[in-house]
Amino acid sequence: MIFDLLLVAALLWSAVQALTTPDLFRAVVLFIIFGLLMALAWARLDAPDIALAEAAIGAGLTGALLLDAVAHLHKKRREQSP
Amino acid sequence: MRTLLNVTVLFLASAFGLALGWLILDLPVAAVRLPEQVTAQLEMSGVVHPVTAVLLNFRGYDTLLEIAVLLLALLGILALPRHVSDHQHRPSSANPVLQTLTRVLAPLMLLVAGYVLWAGAHRPGGAFQAGAVLAGAGVLLHLAGLLPAWATPGRTLRAGLAVGLLVFIAVAVALMAQGTLLQYPLSWAGALILMIEASLTLSLGLILAGLYLVLTDSGVQK
Amino acid sequence: MSSALVYALTGAALFVLGMAGLILQPHLLRKILAFNIMGSGIFLMLVGVAQRAGTPDPVPQAMVLTGIVVAIAATALALALARQLLDMNGEMRLPEEKTGKDRLDV
Repeated sequence: MIFDLLLVAALLWSAVQALTTPDLFRAVVLFIIFGLLMALAWARLDAPDIALAEAAIGAGLTGALLLDAVAHLHKKRREQSP
Repeated sequence: MRTLLNVTVLFLASAFGLALGWLILDLPVAAVRLPEQVTAQLEMSGVVHPVTAVLLNFRGYDTLLEIAVLLLALLGILALPRHVSDHQHRPSSANPVLQTLTRVLAPLMLLVAGYVLWAGAHRPGGAFQAGAVLAGAGVLLHLAGLLPAWATPGRTLRAGLAVGLLVFIAVAVALMAQGTLLQYPLSWAGALILMIEASLTLSLGLILAGLYLVLTDSGVQK
Repeated sequence: MSSALVYALTGAALFVLGMAGLILQPHLLRKILAFNIMGSGIFLMLVGVAQRAGTPDPVPQAMVLTGIVVAIAATALALALARQLLDMNGEMRLPEEKTGKDRLDV
């Protein structure tokens, strides 16, 4: 139960941080951390299937997509203001 | 003006959150016990793992629609105008260590995907997770500079993207004669599920990898 | 109170957090993040509420598995549209959000 409460606190903290951090890159990294914590939460909820999918898709692939979008955004910014 | 909006939204959101929490604590006990029903019907499903049984047998139409939604999302991305140029350059900064590591890892990931797919019948695993591993291998290969981004998928690739949905629909149509949607005959259920799952894995892997490989601009330059 | 119920309540909190972020953040990439957090909250609520008696329930678990895959498809499509907007307007925010400049930016 203590582990559950700690995990829940970490989940909420990473979600708030991902939504409010000024730097976009940091926000995406925090979101990936949030995804990995979600995978842990699924494992605690006796749902190993979802834990596997969340770790691979929710954290991994979504993270790759978002990081790629941030990189694209920074490149555009550089092109606009050389 | 902006602060007023912030305060209002935060206030309303917290009120909504409290109401939601109170409702969750106040919920009556469910009238239908789904886990027991699944356990009772499990031996009719052709697989031993309950989540796979629900995904591909009891609620197979959900999975059928899900692969259709994925295909539609990829088609939507492909339909957007993109700046495709003639020179397809690969990420040049790819590290030789990363390349060698990827060359070793990619076949291993293929093996893991195969195992996860096969394991889905009797333990956690199945088409979704195996497809995700395949997609991960695709993204890794691209990042190591071994696989170019997709400008427009060719004929073989398109067939691969669609095979999961097509096999699933073919099975559904073939079983239509019984009068119920996606009700597998008991003796064939295991084999049919494995066949659908194998094609789903291939399509899911390609579509999920495609979501990244079509969007990324490290391969297709403006 | 079972631990599944704790996760269900966390799900409600995450849903509300994501909803507030979706409304308040002008940047589209942040809206997509908020949308994903909202979705995760819904998934936690679905499984947490169904398992509050303590026994694992495969039906909502299978639904959530489907949901996660659909969520990444929606995210990818949203990102593609946001990038399109960036290429056309030079910024990743909706035209209505004019006062957004003073907010958190890249």
